[in-house]
Amino acid sequence: MDSTAGDDTAFVRFENVQKSYDGEALVVKNLNLDIAQGEFLTMLGPSGSGKTTCLMMLAGFETATHGNIFLDGEKIDNTAPHKRGIGMVFQNYALFPHMSVAENLAFPLEVRKINRSEIKSRVQRVLDMVELGDLGDRMPAQLSGGQQQRVAVARALVFEPSLVLMDEPLGALDKNLREQMQYEIKHIHEQLGVTVVYVTHDQSEALTMSNRIAVFEDGVVQQLASPTELYEHPKNAFVAAFIGENNKLIGTVTEANNGTCTVQLDNGDVIKASAVNIDGVGSKTTLSLRPERVMVIPEKDMPDHMENVFEAEVLELIYLGDHIRTRVRVCGDDEFIVKVPNTGAGHHLAKGRRIDVGWSVADCHALDAS
Amino acid sequence: MDDQTTSSGLVTADGQPLKRSLQRAERTRKLTALALVGPLLAFLLVIFIFPIGQMMWRSVDNPQIVNAIPRTLEALQEWDGEGLPDEPVYAALAEDMRADAELPRREQWMGRMGVRLNYELSGARGAIARTSRAVDEFEPPFKEAFLDAHRNWGNPELWQILEREGRPLTASYYVAALDREYDSEGKIVLRDENRRIYVSLFGRTLALSGIILFLTFALGFPIAFYMSTLPMRYANLLMICVLLPFWTSLLVRTTSWIVLLQQQGVINNAAVAMNFISDDQRYSLMYNMQGTIIAMTHILLPFMVLPLYSVMKNIPPSYMRAAKSLGAKPWTAFRRVYFPLTLPGIGAGGVLVFIISIGYYITPALVGGQSGRMISNEIARHMQQSLNWGLAAALGSMLLVGVLILYWAYNRLVGADSLKLG
Repeated sequence: MDSTAGDDTAFVRFENVQKSYDGEALVVKNLNLDIAQGEFLTMLGPSGSGKTTCLMMLAGFETATHGNIFLDGEKIDNTAPHKRGIGMVFQNYALFPHMSVAENLAFPLEVRKINRSEIKSRVQRVLDMVELGDLGDRMPAQLSGGQQQRVAVARALVFEPSLVLMDEPLGALDKNLREQMQYEIKHIHEQLGVTVVYVTHDQSEALTMSNRIAVFEDGVVQQLASPTELYEHPKNAFVAAFIGENNKLIGTVTEANNGTCTVQLDNGDVIKASAVNIDGVGSKTTLSLRPERVMVIPEKDMPDHMENVFEAEVLELIYLGDHIRTRVRVCGDDEFIVKVPNTGAGHHLAKGRRIDVGWSVADCHALDAS
Repeated sequence: MDDQTTSSGLVTADGQPLKRSLQRAERTRKLTALALVGPLLAFLLVIFIFPIGQMMWRSVDNPQIVNAIPRTLEALQEWDGEGLPDEPVYAALAEDMRADAELPRREQWMGRMGVRLNYELSGARGAIARTSRAVDEFEPPFKEAFLDAHRNWGNPELWQILEREGRPLTASYYVAALDREYDSEGKIVLRDENRRIYVSLFGRTLALSGIILFLTFALGFPIAFYMSTLPMRYANLLMICVLLPFWTSLLVRTTSWIVLLQQQGVINNAAVAMNFISDDQRYSLMYNMQGTIIAMTHILLPFMVLPLYSVMKNIPPSYMRAAKSLGAKPWTAFRRVYFPLTLPGIGAGGVLVFIISIGYYITPALVGGQSGRMISNEIARHMQQSLNWGLAAALGSMLLVGVLILYWAYNRLVGADSLKLG
């Protein structure tokens, strides 16, 4: 497991953590993860991949079956949740319905026995921070979803924890509000410098907000990297498919050297690709190719940096405004997608037409076979 | 849009005033609602509201004396209330008695008046019965004849009672139900100490209900909490155990408590067998207050558990987690977050248990003995044995009003709309 955080500077550290609920199956398999102070780390994965379990273990609501969790150098396996000082934003906000917004925000301060005037000023400060300055007297049920969400974030921050956990906090909001809240949370993170561990199954949310993303699948971190790295250089077929859209071609490696390889597809076509995660000559591989990195080549104008050029038949065109989503049959694959930018110059695409498409070696990643 | 508004307000597209159009649309809806509710409303009116109203009416209704001796009452108006009335009153009484005897038996009032007077003065019934048999042979002066026939006719108290109760409505049942009586001057005073029963019985009923309420809460809260945390499958199993008493006949349940609790019962035998107590020290768990408390707590437990469970099941576990993550100790989190959210359930369960136990009859009757009796047992006694329905009605009405006051107080304090009955 690679990590950009240094070994001793890790703020949060999972060390060989395993978790099983029934003693038969592992929900989390040997997790090693370092999170640096001030980092925004997202645990991304489909439901049941173990990401929420990891968050709950960090919060103290689940105990690790094996391994240790460290917070700021201290082992916290046996620390009760209320002594960990970790702020948490829950999926459905978990605002206390019988307390007003201000009482909700004052709660963490009251249990810490902070004096009244201090509580009042701090509550007002976080209310202003989330732009709800004059709604302190409202009950949570009187707020809109987005406002409740802000109160939940404010409540997790009001006692100034150095670590905040967020468990799919934007899941219940509609799309526009969700995008707006993504930016707001990101800005609050930048402003306060707290460490955030964020759980989501929405990859665009993860790409928008995170410093680093840990992609979970089947209880294992498949890849831990920055959003750019994840998208541009997925380490395996799962990550390539899970993050962003992806064309998949399956073939056998026939030649490999210097980081590139030659792959023969099942229909006989030969493709040159960069070797990322292959077992060597003769092994099966999945080629991953982003739809926007495939070029439609104008007739009789062959650019020399395109190592892979194939003839394709246009099967379907979907007009999406900024680009035209084009489904073509190429290399024996009917589901091959090409995103053709809408440059306004008019286009020569039509259903049934034969065109040439091409892509470079660098954009085509040879990954594991699965 | 502009052409649809006139000076008199909005109109619909075809020119009808919008308000009338809306009323017509609403009327159908209201009629449908009434048709749906109607049968139940009629049913309740006939078998619930009407009998209760009649029962409450009985507690003040006082027709016996007015109907039996109208002439006497008229003559009594001349009386100054001191000593015995004069000859005209006795003459009117003789006339009333003779007239009453002429009537068909079913329409006679004299016997009923005797029963009624006996509530106020024991022996009055005998005086009336004996005199009405002899009244045909009476010769003037009637005063002597009456005094000869029964000594009670020489008792000024009887005449005071006749004058006081010779009205169509009476407060005397309520006076009796409050352990009070009229003294010789017609003032309401407390009864002799050894004849006061009802006020202390009301007090005991309230105290027992309070204890039962507390016990059902103390026993029901943890089990409801535990059930709400269990997966559905196990929660349903536990729920069946809680509901089992609901599905068993009340009589069977109560008699099983007798089997368990009596002096030679299972619990005492086990305690003796295990040498906790010697044979002559057996606990008296039944035919006293303990019996009533134990059996009624068991019977009323589901009424507490069900509303609590339904409320607790709907409290997401994330609230407690949130409270803990915000730094609250488990107990603080429970006290400040979880417990306040269960209040609607506690209120509903509490009101149910308290109101049901205040009027509970059969269990105290079977296992309560003397010290475990409640007010409803006394009401039943007056309904079935002493046949003093007026007093039973007065006691029942006081109970009903008491429950309504409690409900009103609850509504003021907590708000009835927060009740969650399941």
